[in-house]
Amino acid sequence: MPSTQATHAPPTPARVLTHLQHLEAESIHIIREVAAEFDNPVMLFSIGKDSCVMLHLARKAFHPAKPPFPLLHIDTTWNFRDMYRFRNEYIVGELGMECLVHINEEGLKRGVDPFRDGSKVFTDVMNLGALRQALDKYGFDAAFGGGRRDEEKARAKERVYSFRDANHQWDPKNQRPELWNLYNGMVQKGEQIRAFPLSNWTELDIWQYIHLENIRLVPAYFASERDVVEFEGNLIAVDDGRVPEKLRKTSRREWIRFRTLGDYPLSGGTLSRATTLPEIIQEMLLATRSEREGRAIDKDPGASMEEKKRQGYY
Amino acid sequence: MIEQNELIAGDIHAYLQQHERKELLRFLTCGSVDDGKSTLIGRILFDSKMVYEDQLAALEVDSRRFGTTGGAFDPALLTDGLRAEREQGITIDVAYRYFSTAKRKFIIADTPGHQQYTRNMATGASNCDLAIILIDARHGVLEQTRRHSFITSLLGIRHIVVAINKMDLVDWSEEVFERIKAQYTEFAVKLKLNDIRFVPMSALEGENVVHTSGRMPWYTGPTLMHVLENVVIVSDRDFARFRLPIQFVNRPNLDFRGFTGTIAGGIVRPGDPVIVLPSKKLSRVRRIVTMDGDLDEAFTPQSVTLTLEDEIDASRGDMIVHPDDQPRIARAFEAMIVWMADEPMPVGGQYLIKHTTRTSPGVLTAIRHRVDVNTLEQQDTDHLNLNEIGRCVVALQRPICFDPYQQNRSTGGFILIDRLTNNTVGAGMILDHDPQQLRGTHRRDMYLAPVQVQRHDSHITLEQRFQRLGQRPATIWLTGLTGSGKSAIAYALEERLFNAGYLAHVLDGRNARLGLSVDLTFTDEDRAENQRRAAEVAKLFNNAGLISICAFMSPHADDRDWARKIVERGGFPFFEVYCHAPEDVLEERIRKAREGNIDTEKVIAFSDLDSPYEPPKNPTLLLETQELTLEQSVDQLMDLLTREKIIR
Repeated sequence: MPSTQATHAPPTPARVLTHLQHLEAESIHIIREVAAEFDNPVMLFSIGKDSCVMLHLARKAFHPAKPPFPLLHIDTTWNFRDMYRFRNEYIVGELGMECLVHINEEGLKRGVDPFRDGSKVFTDVMNLGALRQALDKYGFDAAFGGGRRDEEKARAKERVYSFRDANHQWDPKNQRPELWNLYNGMVQKGEQIRAFPLSNWTELDIWQYIHLENIRLVPAYFASERDVVEFEGNLIAVDDGRVPEKLRKTSRREWIRFRTLGDYPLSGGTLSRATTLPEIIQEMLLATRSEREGRAIDKDPGASMEEKKRQGYY
Repeated sequence: MIEQNELIAGDIHAYLQQHERKELLRFLTCGSVDDGKSTLIGRILFDSKMVYEDQLAALEVDSRRFGTTGGAFDPALLTDGLRAEREQGITIDVAYRYFSTAKRKFIIADTPGHQQYTRNMATGASNCDLAIILIDARHGVLEQTRRHSFITSLLGIRHIVVAINKMDLVDWSEEVFERIKAQYTEFAVKLKLNDIRFVPMSALEGENVVHTSGRMPWYTGPTLMHVLENVVIVSDRDFARFRLPIQFVNRPNLDFRGFTGTIAGGIVRPGDPVIVLPSKKLSRVRRIVTMDGDLDEAFTPQSVTLTLEDEIDASRGDMIVHPDDQPRIARAFEAMIVWMADEPMPVGGQYLIKHTTRTSPGVLTAIRHRVDVNTLEQQDTDHLNLNEIGRCVVALQRPICFDPYQQNRSTGGFILIDRLTNNTVGAGMILDHDPQQLRGTHRRDMYLAPVQVQRHDSHITLEQRFQRLGQRPATIWLTGLTGSGKSAIAYALEERLFNAGYLAHVLDGRNARLGLSVDLTFTDEDRAENQRRAAEVAKLFNNAGLISICAFMSPHADDRDWARKIVERGGFPFFEVYCHAPEDVLEERIRKAREGNIDTEKVIAFSDLDSPYEPPKNPTLLLETQELTLEQSVDQLMDLLTREKIIR
């Protein structure tokens, strides 16, 4: 073999971390670092699987104490009903987490509606707008997000600590180099850091970890027979009475599950019979389409991830 | 991959079990676009089945627009999504890609861009275990190959795969491969890279990337993927020295005090003795607490929570270590620094230094040299520009605990943060510096650095003091070996001056150690520091109008010159007086001193020199104390002071 390698002593197998243990240690490090260096951090909590993994890691990081920061749920009022139940009964009820909920009341009064106004306007007002309001209202100087670098090509270069100016702007030309695990959390008053502890996780890692750690998820991730309709090229659930009458008439029963959860009118489902985690992972591995495909926000013309990020969406 | 799919479809539980045990390998790809870097990454992703259908569809569209392969599959386009952003001027220092095989999960740090190459590559390399250095088989080892290899070695990457790419363009020639291999090996010797492997390949055609080549039967070594899957990396980490930089102190209630952090080195078990630095408090580990129950053992790089047997007050930035193997603790150190900001870094520049979990103000007190990344040549300079690398001295406000970077990346690396803009402006790797060379010098470096403290100036001028006291201030520095009579002369001179109506004060080495330097030992470094303090005090006395008489062995010419600088910088004359006697006389005097002195240890300590005495070359005055009486020596000193118009 063409090598000038010096022979290494064989490793002690017991001291080799698996990739998931490695990722876990790295994420816990990031979470503790933020908790230690910022005055007023918050964890953005969408109730999705990535949020649940992030919360699980935060609980591990501070055990036996509770994480020393609250969760923040930006409530568009259009999430799956399952999600609200999960938030109230499990996250707040059983885990005892403090969960701040913020709704863009102005948007609510205007009656912004994803079916009528389209995903872009709706998301801008009820998600992005609400997030900005909440961050300003509480004066958070750091916010954890569940974003991963593998989600989209343009995210591959995102930092673990993403710097935002006082207007929540993300300036792609003004991000800080990140070396080792030495994150630079220095900010002026009004500026913020978005911290992404799951940066190096892939979708498969997330699922494997959920499986291994037995992390509880919102039931909508699992296949079940649901009333569905087609909306903007996606198969969506008829989750409540707000689906327009005309559309509801076309509804049918299908075995379906959701790969990403958020607002039910904007979350496209996949036909599936996978009712257990291993079955979901199996389907995912054999799938030939990438995960975000079902997310309406990524397909909206002129609303690239980059654009969203610059506006402060992530 | 096909077997994998069968396993997934047939027995998902077996698959999960296999995949939950994978190791993680992070690697860096070094090379410019022309070397086929994007093609290689694309090829790896494609051949590992990490590309989804929708991504392939997007790729087809891209191929029509940017394709360089005449319609054929161009793997480069898989990763070139960043091209457009480059054109928009968006900085991309590192793009990360993820894929996995049955054996390992991989994180690729891809560093595009030419101008920012050093900065980007250092950033990407900082967390990597392995680097792939791409060489175009047509061109062989180029300047950039050297640059990539140097940065790789500087950032402490232990494993190198030299991918000799585009073998298809040199007729799959073994001779070309062997020639490049020899070229590289010869130059790599200088860089102390010890695990280097060479793989001939064609990323475009997929030869020896994931699959074995049919085109190069002469090559019997592993494919690139085989190396990536099998290279042993666990032994790269330092399991010998336990290090836990405290990240966060977890105190949910009065009964629980958990020290949390990521183990930066070594192994820890309940019952282990530990010492908390820098406070040096000793205790033992009580528990290793996790949400899933206590652990019997934890090791680097796990993130843990420890509780100790004793109530110890320790906070973020402190370090818990094993008492038998402690890191260095110092306020100053030497490091290789990669400069990452547009504004150059000057000597004297002040920054925040983030090292482990501690951020403290520091000064770049000296640049020993700059290293030309292409030629490895060392050059003199007084600043570092963007993308330059230099060997520097850093002095901090408070001491930190560190190891040399080559021994432990976590306790040896740091970043520099600009105090105004808060940007990360540089990265440093602490050197395994022979402490001998640093002795006593780091405090001097601090002295030279500009400080922001404003001086207060007295309202009384020296002239006014002279009118009042009838003398001019000066410092007389008596140097010589133990037994040469320095102290005796100093006190006799002081007395003579006092009786003549002048004000003088003696500072001697021994007295200084009773108060001023009570914290110092007798190493060369601490001796130097003792003298530095004495010189500062002598200068202060001079400021007050007094004559300072200093009696210090001060064996090093360097240290005496330094004392002179301190005093002369204050605007006062400095007279170096060499007290000399033959060796046998000295020995006799020491013997007598011991008989009369119960505290013999002190005498031994003073005479027990680490290095030989360096006699002054041009002393203001030489006193042969064997030939002169004490009175005569003092006479000579009084004459000197009169001559120099210090006294009338």
